[in-house]
Amino acid sequence: MASRSAPLNTRPLQGEARIIAAEPYYEPVGGEIALFEAAYASTLPVLLKGPTGCGKTRFIEHMAWRLKRPLITVSCHDDLTAADLVGRYLITSNETVWVDGPLARAVRSGAICYLDEVVEARRDTTVVIHPLADDRRILPMEKRGQLLQAPPEFLLAMSYNPGYQSVLKELKQSTRQRFVAIEFQYPGAALEEKIIRTEASADAATASALVRLAHMTRNLKGNGLDEGASTRLLVHAAKLIARGIPHAGACHSAIAEALSDDPEMLRAIDEFVAAVF
Amino acid sequence: MTIPPLSESELDERLDYLLNPVLSSRRTAAPHARLMAPLKRPLQDFVLHWIEVIGRTNYEMAFQFAAVAPAALARIDTATAEAWIIQAMDTYDREGLYRGGQVFKQIDSFLQRADATQGALFEDHAHILELFACGLSGRRLKLDLAAEPYTDTETLYLPPRIAAFPTRTENFNLYKILIALLWAQARYGTFHADVVAACAAYPDPARAAALLSHLETLRLETRIAATLPGIARDLARLRGAPADPRCAPLMAAAATVHDSLALLADLYHGFEPPASPCRITLHADALKVRDARLGRERGELAAALAQMLHEHVAAPEAPGDNDAATEERFRVDMHESAAGDGAVAIELQLDGKPVAPPDNVTQLFESILQDLGQIPDEYLHAAGDGADDATARDNAPQAEKDPADVWKGIYHEDGTHLYNEWDHKRRHYRKNWCTLRELDVHPVDSDFVDATLTKYRPQVVQLKRTFEMLRGDDRLLKRQASGDDIDFDALIAAYADLQSGMELADRLLTRRHKAERDLAALFMVDMSGSTKGWINDAERESLVLLCEALEVLGDRYAIYGFSGITRKRCEIFRIKRFDEPYDSAVKGRIAGITPQDYTRMGVAIRHLTRILNAVDARTKLLITLSDGKPDDYSDNYRGEYGIEDTRQALIEAHRAGVKPFCITIDHEARDYLPHLYGPVNWTLVNDVTRLPLKVSDIYRRLTT
Repeated sequence: MASRSAPLNTRPLQGEARIIAAEPYYEPVGGEIALFEAAYASTLPVLLKGPTGCGKTRFIEHMAWRLKRPLITVSCHDDLTAADLVGRYLITSNETVWVDGPLARAVRSGAICYLDEVVEARRDTTVVIHPLADDRRILPMEKRGQLLQAPPEFLLAMSYNPGYQSVLKELKQSTRQRFVAIEFQYPGAALEEKIIRTEASADAATASALVRLAHMTRNLKGNGLDEGASTRLLVHAAKLIARGIPHAGACHSAIAEALSDDPEMLRAIDEFVAAVF
Repeated sequence: MTIPPLSESELDERLDYLLNPVLSSRRTAAPHARLMAPLKRPLQDFVLHWIEVIGRTNYEMAFQFAAVAPAALARIDTATAEAWIIQAMDTYDREGLYRGGQVFKQIDSFLQRADATQGALFEDHAHILELFACGLSGRRLKLDLAAEPYTDTETLYLPPRIAAFPTRTENFNLYKILIALLWAQARYGTFHADVVAACAAYPDPARAAALLSHLETLRLETRIAATLPGIARDLARLRGAPADPRCAPLMAAAATVHDSLALLADLYHGFEPPASPCRITLHADALKVRDARLGRERGELAAALAQMLHEHVAAPEAPGDNDAATEERFRVDMHESAAGDGAVAIELQLDGKPVAPPDNVTQLFESILQDLGQIPDEYLHAAGDGADDATARDNAPQAEKDPADVWKGIYHEDGTHLYNEWDHKRRHYRKNWCTLRELDVHPVDSDFVDATLTKYRPQVVQLKRTFEMLRGDDRLLKRQASGDDIDFDALIAAYADLQSGMELADRLLTRRHKAERDLAALFMVDMSGSTKGWINDAERESLVLLCEALEVLGDRYAIYGFSGITRKRCEIFRIKRFDEPYDSAVKGRIAGITPQDYTRMGVAIRHLTRILNAVDARTKLLITLSDGKPDDYSDNYRGEYGIEDTRQALIEAHRAGVKPFCITIDHEARDYLPHLYGPVNWTLVNDVTRLPLKVSDIYRRLTT
């Protein structure tokens, strides 16, 4: 085999072997942990709804750790097809071999499969998600003529941001009605401050100012901003500040520039920063 | 080498020509020429140039400018003079000849109010300031202009210019501080008490009001310090000296307007508030607006609570008991929120059990809390059946319409859109210059569409076939490096190669490719009078064929016509909206397209850009079907002005992510369309009869 065909063999990632060892930091906002555990025990798939950067991915990591199950995350994009999830035949020197996709591996190993931003994926992925997400819990592997029955440990979870106003990025009713939906919002002010303090080792004053800044940008949602500053952005800014970057510069780079390209909007956010610090 | 100045007689001749329409035997330009004669040639040219520019808008304004310009130019440089002229013309646009002329006559007050080089103009920063106000918590606030800063608790009024400081940055900062202070007045309960009546009770109400305003500013500074420390620092710096020790009670975090009023009584005699650039008027409007809003919100809350009751109570009791029963069923618990910024967390209880209020109830609570500082128990009554609307109506006094507004044309502008227009001579927008209405084309019940389809039957079949091929269907791509399945043809060939000692090719997979057409097209059809006759027929036929083709393709599209006469009557005609199917109503409207008036294109482009921007698509096309240059009956729109305004509107569209394209039948298009649309984004259809077939064809080329 020449080296040019080597990339064909590098696909499998042994994600199912990885069990999160250290507890990922997560602050519960409401009863979401109990809800998730109950859904898991009842083998119900879970849909996490909420704006970007409010802690959906962190939550699923935390739950994987809590339930001691491997977590296989698939970041969906607009070219992600059913074959990318289920698997495909590849060619070795003299034969074709089947290689499982991440979803099939998760089903086989009883892992948690997390489809991040599922609306970005192509429509044909629903074909494999639907039978897996109802009480059949089977993954059809069309090309091999097999059906994979999911063990009780397996859980399908996906995330979805309802904030997109695009009609193309709406989740179909037939898909969404198979899931237990947990809604995520930005945490309340006090909790968000605590998260920033813990995640970025920020002091209380910085954390509180950042939260006020975030609220100001969230007020602008729909008035020039598609989304307000997420908790993740606040943590980024706090980390930069903790490393000695001045407030104005840290917030400009971590928050303003991340939210918008419009010069006037950037200026307005900089004015917020000047006002809250 | 300096050019010699124009002589008095030469100037007189030029002025006679420029100002001719407002001159008479008794009113000549001779005195103006005499004043201008001593000026240097560049200044003379400057004055003449602006007389000409102003004259395009209004000759009388130009005449008045000529009278004052020589004296003014002796004092100010040309850049300042331009700012002065722009201000006068803006005033003229908004408030008419008299006010505009006043600006020319009172150059001192212009210079005094705004040292044009240093003052901050509200207009220059309006967008940033609006965003800033929008970001502040609580009720959504609007910004508007007034001579003195004040708020009516819904709108923050700011002066048009601030020139209190030597630099532009500091003046801009003062705008920010004023916004924060006015916001704090509304947010932190300055109007919880009737401050205006309280001041009126003193022998010198003006003095009391000034003093109270100062005290409130001190009190609010503490509140602002908790949430916006940066602004509070600026406020403290503006204050300079530390606050009078007698005002200390106001610095407590829990101080309210009642503390300020109590202190006012103590300090009324023998305390002089220090001068401050952020002196704010406490306006009686605030209380009126507040009361009106409270009345309205009380009604809305009652209706919303009734709705909640209805949802929470599985089996509603007999209607008779309802009113009595609802009285004490809701209760509100308030506690200071953990954020510590004075925000209060509200918990609603129904029959002693906490319930999660819907969003609208939460918003109403917050608004009422902001106005009253508490939620009085009487606000927690759920409305009885059918009473909700009536309560809301009774409690909300409608703003009386002022008959005088008719003369301002405000009634006529109900339900219209206002757009700026670009004046290339002034290099400035005329604010809210065009009034645009969106109207429906009156559908005509005729067989026009069917007749067209019959007339072009072979072409329609051909057209549909071409467009079908464009459709974003799945295609199987072979010999791909990555893909879903094995391409066995490629594999066999590669295997043979391998056996014969060659390298194994790596493109052995097949992939399904779905070309999604993520685009939205808006067709803007010229409905001006000049399209009368066969051009109109050709346009309508084009639209029929286009719709047939686009229905096959599945692209999102909309069709609007545009026309108008003068800036006050710009019209956009809906033929097909984006969300409308191509049905008999649309067909009727296509048949009903009739030539109207003129072609004021800039405003139409601005409006349609806005419509197009509301559609989510990767590519947005604005395709204009036109028969000639932009043109209108007044304002010199014909010619350069119209072309430059249209060009500016297209630049705005471009900036907004819209791709403009123009299909024209004007043989002179080459002279101006490249300037408007760029060298490639337009096309000329020489033969009008070919237009119907061409339009679809052009669209196909444009989108593949």
